[in-house]
Amino acid sequence: MQPTPSQTIGPFYWGTIVKVYRADLAPPGVAGERLSVALVLHDAEGAIVPDGLFEIWQANSHGRYNHPEDRRNLPLDAGFEGYGRASTFTDGCSTFDTVKPGRVPWPAGGMQAPHINVSIFARGLLNRVATRLYFDGDPANAEDPVLKMVDPARRSTLIARKDAKGAWRLPIHLGGPNETVFFDV
Amino acid sequence: MTQDLYRRTGAGTHPANLSPEYKSTGGRAPRQPAIVLPQTLSEITGPLLEAERLDALENDLTRQRSGEPLGERIVVHGRVLDENGKAIPKAMVEIWQCNAAGRYHHPGDQHDAPLDPNFYGGGRVRADEDGGYQFITIKPGAYPWKNHHNAWRPAHIHFSLFGPAFATRLITQMYFPADPLLAYDPIYNSVPAGARERLQAAFDMESTRPEWALAYRFDIVLRGRNATPLEN
Ligand SMILES: [Fe+2]
Repeated sequence: MQPTPSQTIGPFYWGTIVKVYRADLAPPGVAGERLSVALVLHDAEGAIVPDGLFEIWQANSHGRYNHPEDRRNLPLDAGFEGYGRASTFTDGCSTFDTVKPGRVPWPAGGMQAPHINVSIFARGLLNRVATRLYFDGDPANAEDPVLKMVDPARRSTLIARKDAKGAWRLPIHLGGPNETVFFDV
Repeated sequence: MTQDLYRRTGAGTHPANLSPEYKSTGGRAPRQPAIVLPQTLSEITGPLLEAERLDALENDLTRQRSGEPLGERIVVHGRVLDENGKAIPKAMVEIWQCNAAGRYHHPGDQHDAPLDPNFYGGGRVRADEDGGYQFITIKPGAYPWKNHHNAWRPAHIHFSLFGPAFATRLITQMYFPADPLLAYDPIYNSVPAGARERLQAAFDMESTRPEWALAYRFDIVLRGRNATPLEN
């Protein structure tokens, strides 16, 4: 069978799919280093995109995904699914409270650096675009096989840095000179 | 080289990110080619939303307020499948749409058409073991937008699906068969010919409810798994 084609999320999803907005991923008791992630969406001219939607997907602090396909013998955390969804607001920003993900394996051997998988939807985007967030200063970044696939001049578009409030901030540019690296997953 | 778990979708299915007739793509479509990632645990896992508790009436958009919404009541149903024709059991299906007059329950929608206090326009359901899902709603109206002079969106219902993995995430729109506005719509026509027709629901006489509602069938097909490689 042929796959169903993609269409834009459009501008008017807000308020109608409100049921699964989740900006707080880690209730009390979930293990790991607590942190906030601030994603900011920009268009090709650098302007804020106020009507976008971010979704994130990540492993827990032990590097385990809460999913049957992850069959490794690592702990799952009760109450931690690893999924978040938040709308951009007038400032183009979505903030998620979560824990730092652990490392997960690379199929050909070795481990990936801690990262959060990000989906972006917006009016004017006909397909979901996917990227990753890595953490500035993490020593594992140097050996991450995905970062190694990226032109060194563009790698910084994937690396969140701590802002003045202590949140890990990653501007995402849909186009323009600082266009974020997107992945075909 | 390890084989990807989920099939790659070739050209001819999804719209190009840059589709000039749809003006908003100009400032928002990435121009650099996406880097093809080998599928790792990060891509073959994804939210299953198993802990989400759904109210019994979340798939009935006509019973979310105190009164009945205005408009033509319809049944929209179908199956969530993968490319191999296999049902995706328990799939979360979310929809949203405008009311019968073509107005969204959303502060940004300034179309000069009435809001319906009895229509909110959002619904969700978890598909059954066989991938089957059903919504009761009202037929959405067409609405104007500012893409070009006298631009009108054909009647449509927005659909959001997760499927089993990060790699299978899909947001799309369902259209109604034989809508004359389809020919003029840059969003529908951004999908290559031969594939865009799959976004039209089928009128489903069998599933109509006599004296009550007409019915449309919309099957959704997500990426399927590659065949398991044979051992040497
Ligand atoms: Fe719409």
